[in-house]
Amino acid sequence: MNKETLNARRLLCPLPVIRTQDKVKQLKAGDQLEVVCTDPGVMQDIPAWCRINGHKVLETKSCDHDYIILLEVGA
Amino acid sequence: MSKQRKAVALISGGLDSMLAAKTVMEQGVHVEGINFFTGFCVEGHTHAIRNKDKAKPKRNNSLWVAEQLGMKLHIVDVIEEYKNVLINPKHGYGAHMNPCLDCKIFMVNKARQWIVENDFDFIITGEVIGQRPMSQRKATMPVVARESGADDLLLRPLCAKNLPPTLPEREGWVDREKLHDITGRSRKPQMAMAEQFGFDDYAQPAGGCCFLTDKNYSAKLVDLWQAQGNKEYGLDDVMLLKVGRHIRPQPNFKLIVAREEGEGRFLQGYKNEFISMNSLSHSGPLVLIDGSPSAEDLYLAAQITARFGQGRDAEHVEMNVVNKDGSERRLQVKPLKKEEIREEWYV
Repeated sequence: MNKETLNARRLLCPLPVIRTQDKVKQLKAGDQLEVVCTDPGVMQDIPAWCRINGHKVLETKSCDHDYIILLEVGA
Repeated sequence: MSKQRKAVALISGGLDSMLAAKTVMEQGVHVEGINFFTGFCVEGHTHAIRNKDKAKPKRNNSLWVAEQLGMKLHIVDVIEEYKNVLINPKHGYGAHMNPCLDCKIFMVNKARQWIVENDFDFIITGEVIGQRPMSQRKATMPVVARESGADDLLLRPLCAKNLPPTLPEREGWVDREKLHDITGRSRKPQMAMAEQFGFDDYAQPAGGCCFLTDKNYSAKLVDLWQAQGNKEYGLDDVMLLKVGRHIRPQPNFKLIVAREEGEGRFLQGYKNEFISMNSLSHSGPLVLIDGSPSAEDLYLAAQITARFGQGRDAEHVEMNVVNKDGSERRLQVKPLKKEEIREEWYV
């Protein structure tokens, strides 16, 4: 299992979703991706994108001005 | 056993594209959605920036539609490619800087490329004849199909019966009799269909999801192009035109004045790309200075900035001016009176 981090700070939705989508294409099923954003909209949009596309959200949290989503790539 | 046919639907997040995709899914076709991000589809942006909007629940309508329909959605960044559409629209602009017909042709063309790359069979849009004055007229329907290169691979399920049969209809991939014949600007047929499908919650963007249809935004874009002498722009320009008051006292510079805390925080992120200023002696907004101001211009900018802070009626306000490299200097200014900020300076 590979774990990577994507810095999507200062990007406004839907750009963090697009960057997540592009990054996930490079990963394998079971890999984990941590996406770090500053737009609070990602807390809805990235989980919605994951549900649609068969990926699993493992954790969402906010820390200072960051919003962090950890996801596992689906098959 | 017949081959499972696959279609890609252009999903804006509004009701029409949702209904169009659903109509074809109901016929057993595998449908996936595609949404193009031009940089000007901005409902989420102002929400993310401005504090006052944060209490409202926010969602991306295209993702929401895809989830309601149970289909995949591909969001495609077309910011760079879209520049040529906006700067050189073959069919011109609408009421403001909206190149709607060229935009539709561009997006259908992108979808055509996508179906070739992904082995899909045809394209679905939620277009309705007569719904939009520029891009959805009887005369423009064949123009979109022809100039996008999609030709008869482009199916408009909501008004298909008013158009010649497309390849998916002729080949029996979809049953033309189960498609629709909606025309005009009335939303009643779509609302009735939504009720039939059990959709009781849907967005009603009606063109409002694109900032280029907005009069004020378009005026700021034109001002930007005039000031720089060309029609170039970057994503940061697109973003900054959505934020703050824009005041241009001289052709060579303008102020971007944060209107509230959320905008101020957003503008902070640009402090190493612009000269910025704020009041030290009184509370007030963060202001970015775009352009090439002289020392006299900066003094005027500081007077204007002071006008928008708590020191507006003070004899003197102490301002901090921060250069792009982070170096700072102080200015003592007398705030301009309200009537000294000319109406025509507001972009």
